[in-house]
Amino acid sequence: MTRLTIGPFTVGWALASVFAASWALAQSDPRHSGYQDMGPDLRRMQDDDTANPAMLFVQAGQALWQEKAGTANKACADCHQDAAKSMKGVAARYPAIPAGTDKGAGQPVDLEGRINLCRTERQQAPALEPESPDLLGLTAYVALQSRGQPIAPADDPRLVPFRTKGAGLYKSRQGQLNLSCSNCHDDNAGKKLAGATIPQGHPTGYPIYRLEWQTLGSLKRRLRNCLVGMRAETWDWDDPQYVALELYLMDRARGMTLDAPAVRP
Amino acid sequence: MANVLVNAPKTARKGETVEIKALIMHPMETGFRAGTNGRIIPRNIIEHFTATWNGSEIFRMDFSPAIAANPFVSFFTIAGESGTITLRWTGDEGFVAEHQVAITVT
Repeated sequence: MTRLTIGPFTVGWALASVFAASWALAQSDPRHSGYQDMGPDLRRMQDDDTANPAMLFVQAGQALWQEKAGTANKACADCHQDAAKSMKGVAARYPAIPAGTDKGAGQPVDLEGRINLCRTERQQAPALEPESPDLLGLTAYVALQSRGQPIAPADDPRLVPFRTKGAGLYKSRQGQLNLSCSNCHDDNAGKKLAGATIPQGHPTGYPIYRLEWQTLGSLKRRLRNCLVGMRAETWDWDDPQYVALELYLMDRARGMTLDAPAVRP
Repeated sequence: MANVLVNAPKTARKGETVEIKALIMHPMETGFRAGTNGRIIPRNIIEHFTATWNGSEIFRMDFSPAIAANPFVSFFTIAGESGTITLRWTGDEGFVAEHQVAITVT
């Protein structure tokens, strides 16, 4: 009898502690990605590789990977072979300071910049235009190889000053609205800006297929979009401030799961 | 060749309901937008989509300018006999794309 009365109570207590433990686990990291802010429909769209429109770009990028280009007449695959092996974890680590390139030594570059360095120096081909379908396709194909991996920025001491600069940019107010990145993505994340939820601004899924853009876009495009929203002047496409900010954002999202190429509203 | 992603089962039991999902890369330019020069960008959309199973039509759809870029279509059909499903998109500026998938019905 005693066991019967105590039984359900014990079970209930055990269940409560299990829930408490999982709740604590979910709460232990206050960060969450844009994926977690999306509704179930968009999550389904991203999770299904035949419904995620970014996969069209990946398919194009995969073809480009094998295509010879430039006066060197080399394809990406000629040096890097199988992207599934050679490009694994690359998107989780970049921006980084590339080794063995002639131009811009000591300067960090993002994934798009790294691809263009390969094009100009290894393939002897003209650099791809920012936001061109070819560059986005290649970036998406490379980023896909790191899907599911934790974001792990390089522990390169040479990156520290650039990251510090990025952190400064993130917190400094600019534009006619006199806002900093932090004003929205730290102070007001999770609240609404018109109908849209303000995300915490973790770059977990770039390049993203943004429904508003109706195409794939890079993190740089997203940052330019934010600058316009703050009524600040957009920086030139090759401005190193973007890479500095990207470095800081990747460090801020350290350990979060990469879900590129993602779908975002 | 247009960039197409099709998700259809490779095998099905006779009489089973199967889902076919098709995604295609296309700008779906509405014809209502002005470019940076102020001139209207001419309409460039997919107009028709048809699916045939061994030559007989199983699904047809007309697209409108309000449909987003890179349109995604999903539809259901009942598995008849083994063969080929042919998906065909046609549109403005002579756009034609065709994709075939083989399906085995047991």
